[in-house]
Amino acid sequence: MSQDIRIKKGLDIKLKGESEKITENAISSNVYTLKPEDFHSIIPKLSVKVGAKVKAGEPVFYNKANEDMKFPSPVSGELIDIIRGEKRKILAVKIQADSEQQYADFGVKDSKSMKADEVKSHLLAAGCWPFIMQRPYAVIADPAKTPKAIFISAYASAPLAANYDYVLAGKENELQAAVTALSKLTSGVVHVSVGKKSNSPLTSLSDVTLHKVSGPHPSGNVGTQIAKIDPVNKGEVVWTIAPQDLVIIGELLLTGKFNAERIIALAGSFVTAPKYYKTKIGSSISSIVEGKLNEGNSRIISGNVLTGTTQNLKGVLGYYNNMVTVIPEGDDYEFFGWTMPVFKKISTSRALTFSWLFPNKKFDLNTNTNGEQRAFVVTGNYEEVFPLDIYPMQLLKACMYKDLDEMEQLGMYEVAPEDFALTEFVCVSKQPHQETIRKGLDLMLKEIG
Amino acid sequence: MGLKEKLHNIKGKVKGTKWQTMFGAVHTLFYTPNEITHSGGHIKGADDLKRLMTNVIIPLIPVLIFAMFNVGFQQNIAINGYQEGMSFFSGEFWNFDNFLIGAIKLVPLLLVSYVVGLGIEIIFATINNHEVEEGYFVSGMLVPLIIPIDTPLWMLAVAVAFGVVIGKEVFGGTGMNILNPALTIRAFLFFAYPTWMSGDKVWVAGAKERANEIVAGANLDAISGETILGSLAQGKEFAYSTWDMFFGFIPGSVGETSALLILLAGLYLIFTKVGSWRIMLSAVIGSLVMGLIFNAVVDAGIISETSKFYGLMSTEFWHHLLLGGLAFGIVFMATDPVTGSQTNKGKWIYGFLIGFISVLIRVFNPAYPEGVMLAILLMNVFAPTIDHYIVRGNVKRRLKRLKAKTA
Repeated sequence: MSQDIRIKKGLDIKLKGESEKITENAISSNVYTLKPEDFHSIIPKLSVKVGAKVKAGEPVFYNKANEDMKFPSPVSGELIDIIRGEKRKILAVKIQADSEQQYADFGVKDSKSMKADEVKSHLLAAGCWPFIMQRPYAVIADPAKTPKAIFISAYASAPLAANYDYVLAGKENELQAAVTALSKLTSGVVHVSVGKKSNSPLTSLSDVTLHKVSGPHPSGNVGTQIAKIDPVNKGEVVWTIAPQDLVIIGELLLTGKFNAERIIALAGSFVTAPKYYKTKIGSSISSIVEGKLNEGNSRIISGNVLTGTTQNLKGVLGYYNNMVTVIPEGDDYEFFGWTMPVFKKISTSRALTFSWLFPNKKFDLNTNTNGEQRAFVVTGNYEEVFPLDIYPMQLLKACMYKDLDEMEQLGMYEVAPEDFALTEFVCVSKQPHQETIRKGLDLMLKEIG
Repeated sequence: MGLKEKLHNIKGKVKGTKWQTMFGAVHTLFYTPNEITHSGGHIKGADDLKRLMTNVIIPLIPVLIFAMFNVGFQQNIAINGYQEGMSFFSGEFWNFDNFLIGAIKLVPLLLVSYVVGLGIEIIFATINNHEVEEGYFVSGMLVPLIIPIDTPLWMLAVAVAFGVVIGKEVFGGTGMNILNPALTIRAFLFFAYPTWMSGDKVWVAGAKERANEIVAGANLDAISGETILGSLAQGKEFAYSTWDMFFGFIPGSVGETSALLILLAGLYLIFTKVGSWRIMLSAVIGSLVMGLIFNAVVDAGIISETSKFYGLMSTEFWHHLLLGGLAFGIVFMATDPVTGSQTNKGKWIYGFLIGFISVLIRVFNPAYPEGVMLAILLMNVFAPTIDHYIVRGNVKRRLKRLKAKTA
C-alpha cells in the first residue's frame, strides 16, 4: 500500500551555494566532541573519567533517567577533557582520536530473526538508541513505549539540504537491515517517504510502507508527513529517525561495529566550492570548513539555515546533522531598509518586495533579522506556509501563556520546533517561533510527561 | 564619519537610558537595525512590520491628495453651483485653487493626528521600555480621512488622545487592542460632539462658519453641506450622478468619497497580500446581500413611499458601496489584522457581517446614517468569538480523530 503525499502550502527557499555532487574526504579531526545539549532533555552521567581509553562505540555517558540509554564515542581514543558550565553541567566531552581506530564489537546480528526486545537492548547497548526520536515532545524516544508507527523521511526539502538520494546511494543493505530491525519495534508499520522523482535506495526496501512526496518545503519534514499519513493523537507515540542514522544502525547490525562515519553536505553562499564530504559525528567544524570559505564575516551553521545551530571554527558537527551551511553574517545597518524596494531578499508578500517575480532565482540571504521584534500583528501569512491542520499562531500564543490544556487541544503533540521554521521565517513580527514551541514542549514534557 | 557610524555611536551611548526608546524610533526610521538572528532559523523573510504598515500608507496617498482637491471643490460648488457630467480628469476639479483650500484644511488635521498620536505612543513606549510600534503609522493617516473636514483641531487632539490611550495602550499597545484605534477615535468624536459629526453643516469646508456669519447678520448665501446619505435619510432628492459618486465628487468625510481610488487601493492591498481579500470580498458580498433584501422589500410593496426608510431602502443595492464610508471602511478599517478575525474562515464571517450590518444600520437608523463605523466596531468585539468557534472546530476535529481510533 502506498499513499502519496502532495502539499501545496509551503515555501521553497532557494539559496545560492548548493553542494555539487562530489564527495571528498574531510580532514580527519584530531579531537572529537560530544555535546549533551544535542540530546534535548537528557541529563548525562559520565561513564568514563578523563584519561580513560575508549573504543569507537563504547559509552562515554549515559542518560541519568535511564541508565540503559548510552551515548557512545564516535572514535577510539583518549578522553582528554570535560568542559563544564554552571552547576557543573557537562557542556562537552572531548576525545583525542587514536591514529589506528579500534571498534567495540557488538556482534553481527540477523535483523530478520531478532525479537523486539533483542533489537531494543542491542540498540541501547551499542549507543544507537539516541538516533531514534519520538513525537510528542520531539525528544529521544522512550524505550519503554511502543510506537504506533515509525516515520523516516528520505526527502530533504529544506534549503540547500543534503540530497539523500546521493548520500545514501549504495547503502541498500544497511538500510534494509535497519528498517527490518525497527519494524519489530512498532505495533504498526515503518513509513518511508521519498521524493516523487527519486531514485532513492529506500524505494526498493521491504518491510516498509513507501510514500512519494511532492510539493514545497516543508514537504520533506517528517512532521508534515506524519500529519498527512497518521497524525499523533493524545496518548499515542510515533518514532522518527533520519536516513543517515539508519545507515549507522544498519552497519552495526551487519558488522557489529558502531561506525560514526557519514557523508555531509557543505553548502551556502560563503563556501568557495560547495561539495559533499565524508566525515564523522563529533568532528570539529574546522576540519570540515578550513580553507574552504570566502573571506569575511560569516555564520557557520551545523544543520540547515532554518533549524541548525550556530557554530564557529572551534565548534562541532551536531550529532543529528548531515550538513554544514555557511552564509554571510548580516550585522550591518541598511539605509531605509524598511521602505526601499527589495530585490535581493525573499518575501511572501509583495509589499515592494519583488522575489515573487523571480520564482527560480537563487538568493544570497544573510542572518539579518530585517527588522525588530514586535507583537503578533499580521494574520493569515503563517497559514500560507504551514501545511498541518493546526492553527499556528493560536498554538504559539498558547505556548506563550503556558496554557497546557489549550496546547494539547490545539495539536501540540503533533509538532516539533522544526515544523515552525517556515512560519518563523515569514513572521513579520520576527517572533522566535521555534524557541517558543521548544519551551512549550519542554513544559508539557515536565508537567504531563 | 558617515551618518551610519554616527547613529551607531549614539545608539551605544543612549543604551540603557530613557532616551533609548525615542532614539531607537528615529534610528530605525533611517536604518534597519544590525540585529542578527539568535535562536531558531538563521535567515528571515524581508518583511517587517514597518514595511507592511508603510505599504498601507502607499495607497492612502492618492486618496489623501484627491481629498485635498475635493475639499476645495466642494466648497466651490457649494458657493458657485454645480456642473453636471464632469469627467474624472476635469479641470473644474483638478485645479490649484481647490488643492490649496483642501491642503490648508487637511494638513493641520494630519499634523495634529500624528503629533498627538505618536507623542502618546512614544511616552508609553518609554514608560514600558519597549520599542515604538508602527501601528499608529496607519491609524494616524486614517484618522483625518474619516472625519468631517471642519472638525476643530482641539477636538481632534482630544479624540486622538482618547483613542490611543483607551483604544490601544491600555491593552498593551499595537497588536493587543480589541477595537480599531482609528475608529475608536472617530466614535469618540461622534458621540462626544454629535453636532459636529453629522447634520448638514460639517461636510463642506466653511459651511459652519458661513452659517454663523449669516446668523450674525451677514448677507450671504448659506452653504448646504449635506451628504447623500443624509439627504436620503431625510427622504430628500440629491443631484449627484452615479459617476460622480464613483469618482468621488461628493461631500462626505474627507477621504471616503472616491470609490474609484478606494477600489484601486483595495486591489493594491490584495495584490501585495497586506490586506485580506477574504474580508474585503465577503464585506462587499454582505453589503450587496443586505442591499438586495431591502430592494426586494421595496419591490414587494411592503413599505410605502411615505415611510422614513423608503429613501435608503429603495437605493439601488450596489449604490451603497459608492455612498458614505462603506468602501473606505471595508478596504482600510475592516482589514485591520489585529482587531479583525484572525482565522481564514473567520474572516469570511467577519467581513460578511460588517457589510451586512453596515447597510442595516444605515437604513434603519437615520440618526446615524454612517453605519460602517458602528458595524466594524461591533464586529471587532465579536471577532474573537468568531475565531473561538472556528478554532474549536479544529479542536473537535482532533478529538474526533482520537475517538475514531479508540472506538
